[in-house]
Amino acid sequence: MKFLRYLARNPVSLLGVVILLAFVLIAIFAPMLAPPQSFQLSPYDTPRAGFLATPMPPSRDALFGTTQGQYDIFYGVVWGTRTAFKIGLGVVAISVLIGTVIGAVAAYYGGLVEEVLMRIVDVFMAVPFLIAAMVLTALLGKGIWPITIALTTFGWMSYARIVRSEILRIREMDYIHAARAYGASDLRLIVLHILPNAMFPVLVLATMATGSMVLSASALSFLGVGTEEGYADWGQFIAYSRNWIVGQPGNPFQFWYTLAFPGAAVFLFVLSWNLVGDALRDMLDPRHSH
Amino acid sequence: MLTYALRRLMMLPIVLFALSLMIFALQMSLSPTQRLAAYAPSPDYLKGGQESIRRMIEQYGLNDPFYIQYGRWIGGVLTGNLGWSETARQPVSTALMSLFPATLELVVLAFIPCLLLAVFLGSRAGIHLNRWPDHVIRIFTILGWSFPVYVFGLLMLLVFYSALDWFPPGRLSQWAQTTVSSGNFVRYTGANTVDSILNGNWAIFVDSLRHLAAPVITLTYVNVASMTRVMRTSMLETLRQDYVRTARAKGLPRRVVELKHARRNALLPVATIAGMEFAVMMGGVVITETIFDYAGLGQFAAKTAANLDFPAVLGFGLYFAVVLVLMNLIVDLIYPLLDPRVKTQ
Repeated sequence: MKFLRYLARNPVSLLGVVILLAFVLIAIFAPMLAPPQSFQLSPYDTPRAGFLATPMPPSRDALFGTTQGQYDIFYGVVWGTRTAFKIGLGVVAISVLIGTVIGAVAAYYGGLVEEVLMRIVDVFMAVPFLIAAMVLTALLGKGIWPITIALTTFGWMSYARIVRSEILRIREMDYIHAARAYGASDLRLIVLHILPNAMFPVLVLATMATGSMVLSASALSFLGVGTEEGYADWGQFIAYSRNWIVGQPGNPFQFWYTLAFPGAAVFLFVLSWNLVGDALRDMLDPRHSH
Repeated sequence: MLTYALRRLMMLPIVLFALSLMIFALQMSLSPTQRLAAYAPSPDYLKGGQESIRRMIEQYGLNDPFYIQYGRWIGGVLTGNLGWSETARQPVSTALMSLFPATLELVVLAFIPCLLLAVFLGSRAGIHLNRWPDHVIRIFTILGWSFPVYVFGLLMLLVFYSALDWFPPGRLSQWAQTTVSSGNFVRYTGANTVDSILNGNWAIFVDSLRHLAAPVITLTYVNVASMTRVMRTSMLETLRQDYVRTARAKGLPRRVVELKHARRNALLPVATIAGMEFAVMMGGVVITETIFDYAGLGQFAAKTAANLDFPAVLGFGLYFAVVLVLMNLIVDLIYPLLDPRVKTQ
């Protein structure tokens, strides 16, 4: 209810929610928007209209045109929405889980355990994120799972930090002392009384991170270690467009469609998550806007 | 303060040790033959059949236990030998040092406009809270934040190279590269802009700027958003302070209070963020350098990562961690100069 009232007053945030819902619908109805053909082994293998290297402009057969290798851009953009949701939500969900456990354990036990865990967080923070993710993806092979594992391995730390500091803050609040005085066990205190109140900042961070993780995943594909050739993945399609972005002499914008459609998809997807995350943060801390 | 700095510095070797152990473990997940391939100067080297491969694995000790191989690598690092990079076909340390000036040049040139723009826009937005400058700046930052670097970079290429032919990719044009590599051009720093001025060669100076322009604009646009946000929030916070109200109450003009009293103090959190961003950028602007084919640390790191060129990845990882920790330390040490309250605590 509070969220709806906020949206009514903030048209920009409302726009974010609308775009996000549109992507959800595209992902759900992908099989109807861009039906896979019967010979496809997986719906994520983008169909190709031949093997010619040069991209073809939009036509009745290919609404958004075809990119390098005749992969259908419309099909790739539609099914790429599912890929984006899978990677974004997957990475963030696993990262939140790992971060919450480590942050909670550190805050709960304190002392040496906390010291060791937080130093591990420090070490991971000193890792060059994109390069490390590239190495791990290159080791694990191409595909969604290697990307998800790589981005999670080097992306869980900020959740651990937030959860730990939130728990330390909340632990000293009066209602916790009251619950303890009633005889609640430590586990009950943490899981039922402290964590639910610590989760809101995590939710804000996770919402923002969903967008940026999709950016990173696309960057991996762009840098050549992401998904398999022809996989419906926006980053992959942007990577194809890189070879054609410089058109022929006299016609510099010849291959605009190879970049425009997948590029717009990534941009709008990330934008919508950022707008929603921004709205959540404003609600958490109203001082930031009104 | 000094003890604090020393304690932070003592953490560095521990971080470096743990980090290198981690990357080394990744490397050891490859089979000895795969790791041998990384050492082989050319594919022909491995054509000698199973027997010679086995001999070379033996020779380089690639079958030894983990700790022995790690110890050997550490021993090399301590004597300044980071190993051989197959990607660069150079020792890792040579490659890193020769690419460092290129990235430094790019990052410094992008960082200055970025910082100035962020301070200007952020304080503007804070002063005009919820009025149109604030809305415009907010939308601008959130758009910048969501715009993928690679899409923005490709658009830059499309417009400024393909259509207008103003800003070509690479670091220098062919003719300029020939001049720079010749014996007549002294490489004082390795940064083209600085060297060309020192050599008095204006043609090369202009050429290097033309190559820097597109990546600099891209980097500025991508990084200005987060700094602007921090500046805006911090400005809002400061404008709410009592001393600001006091200054207004005693009759100082609004402009003076906003720009002199409030903005200066609002800069503090920006200093922290700016330091961090600078460190991360110095750690290689991977995507920007790759798009514009700008031979710097980021492009190199991306190539080595994709090729699983582990000696180079390890070397780069160490470099990155050192830059990050040192930059953090510098920010912490500068902080009391900016904010005297920190010193008394």
